[in-house]
Amino acid sequence: MKRLTAKLVFMGSQGVGKSSIITRYIKGDFKKECEATIGASFMYAKVTLRDYQITLKVWDTAGQERFRSLVPMYYRNSDAVAIIFDVSDRDSFNQVKNWINEVRKNTDTPVVYYVVGNKTDLIDTRVIMYEEAEEFANSVNARYWETSVYSNTGIQDLFTNIGRNLIEIVESSKPPVHLKLEIDPEEAPNNERINNSKIQCCTN
Amino acid sequence: MEKTQETDTDTLISDINDIAIHDPVISKSVTENEPEPSSSEQGSSYEILFDQLKENNKHIFVLSTAGKPIYTRFGNENQMASLFGLMIALVSVTQDSNDTLQSICCGQTRIVFLNKDPIILVGVSQSSEPNDQIKKQLTYVYNNIISTLTLTQLKKIFHNRTNFDLRRLMSGSERLIDKLITFTETDPGFLLDSISCLQMPSSSRDKITQTILTQCSKIKNLVFGLLIAQKHIISIVRMKKYSLHVSDIHLILNLINSTESFKTAETWTPICLPTFDSSGYMHAHISYLAEDCQACLVLLTIDHNLFFALSDAKRKITEKMRCNDCLHEINEAIIRQPVSLARANITGLRHLLYKNKNRSQHWCPPFTSPYNTIALQQNLMSVYSSLISQMNFPGRTLKVIFQQLTAETMLAWATDDVELYMSFEPLVSKECATNAVTKLTQWMKKEEDSLFIFNIPMF
Repeated sequence: MKRLTAKLVFMGSQGVGKSSIITRYIKGDFKKECEATIGASFMYAKVTLRDYQITLKVWDTAGQERFRSLVPMYYRNSDAVAIIFDVSDRDSFNQVKNWINEVRKNTDTPVVYYVVGNKTDLIDTRVIMYEEAEEFANSVNARYWETSVYSNTGIQDLFTNIGRNLIEIVESSKPPVHLKLEIDPEEAPNNERINNSKIQCCTN
Repeated sequence: MEKTQETDTDTLISDINDIAIHDPVISKSVTENEPEPSSSEQGSSYEILFDQLKENNKHIFVLSTAGKPIYTRFGNENQMASLFGLMIALVSVTQDSNDTLQSICCGQTRIVFLNKDPIILVGVSQSSEPNDQIKKQLTYVYNNIISTLTLTQLKKIFHNRTNFDLRRLMSGSERLIDKLITFTETDPGFLLDSISCLQMPSSSRDKITQTILTQCSKIKNLVFGLLIAQKHIISIVRMKKYSLHVSDIHLILNLINSTESFKTAETWTPICLPTFDSSGYMHAHISYLAEDCQACLVLLTIDHNLFFALSDAKRKITEKMRCNDCLHEINEAIIRQPVSLARANITGLRHLLYKNKNRSQHWCPPFTSPYNTIALQQNLMSVYSSLISQMNFPGRTLKVIFQQLTAETMLAWATDDVELYMSFEPLVSKECATNAVTKLTQWMKKEEDSLFIFNIPMF
């Protein structure tokens, strides 16, 4: 079994469902009334894929404007970024571009970008259609994905896909140094790509 | 000068009568006096608004000095534009005569103002609490706003844009203010300026504190550590030379007890402790010890890069506490029946508040018969509240108050170290009540080790 540890950050406007997506994935439950996140929450999410055991260190950031200036602290050194918007709220969609630009400007490592349209169960009030969002995501070199926490669609696959993309990066010819790949010793006697990384926290 | 002031105040009172929220006839006159009610529909919407306001006897409003609404305890600020307009008018008309509007009294209704430029807080109350206490509640609300924004940022925002809509930055924190107001209305800690400790054997507490201290002392720039079980403090550790003020602890307690999501994930958030330092943020690592131990550990630092170090320390603290049985002892203490006053065996004594003045900690035993309903408990709390404000009235030192009321006899008793407020059966004599003090003081000597935190170590 190969072990991979990566940092994933959820960003986006307030009330789009960042915490709900993560809670749905990790705990499997859904609350209609979700209190606003304070600062940022930190959790571990596990994804098992092929012969990989991926541990995602997930930062769930608060969408409120007053916490905005803190977000760089969380996305620094991240391996994957999921920017969430609410498909029934155009403002939250318009914000996605700003988030992506900001992360691009402030990181120099390859990052997996996901634009995620949440609340697809709101068919009647939906204003951002799949095509528009996907086109936009392509234009900023991000992948587009849709979820509904309420009807529990797309959530599992979102995390699996992020995991798959991270594996692609690790298996590429030039994997980034900070992405931590550990291979159980008995299975990998001569692997050159082992990152010699004990638990090393992102303290820089 | 004084003369003009009087007339001003008269106009104010007549103005305020128009919005007196307890009188349906008068509130109707607002709709009639409205300069240009565009339609009868608008008139009736005011009536609905005032009907809604009348349902509650305690209101708190926050607005900017430019008159922009920031917060209302009940209802929606957007529907109260004219009400906020009136508030700002009252404040500025007194300001124009170089004076500060403190409060307005009309009938049962008291309106208390707290001007903390660039924001103004207004409390409207129809209950019996003293004005000073309403002002203190407003200060708490103000402190809560500072704790989310810092004073520096608040001033800067309004310096740059006097017309700024602060709700943009406050969003998501309104519920904390709601809960904080409820806290100020129900928790004796607010009245006594003190905290309540989780009752446990002092040996257990020392062991817990030592475990936290061992980890915390290794971390540079960590300033405070608190372990909290619901409304009670289990343990506090602190950096040399720094101490936590009670009102800041109240804000932390309110934050913890109002936020369910802390239970499911580690949280890392900036927080300003207004009494400690209103100018800047500290960073708080907040997490519950374990799924099977619902005590919340708060680690406060000035270094915003310390999350993983603190997360690691927390993990070690939990591991250690599991090994040395502290988790178990905390759980025991949380579910244990709190010590009952009946054990002191004092004839005629129904309830009390005991404050250790040097430690700023109090003990409030569980309510027992006849205080069986929330209404009766609240009533007793307001009797306490009035006694507390009489005992602590600035500029005089009262040692004893003995009051025979219709439903109970009250005794307040203060020494250099202790403040004691006791509720007796109605016909208890003065002598009997003072004897009870002696008896209780002796009993407390045996119990206080488990009721209070005597050891707040530094690192």
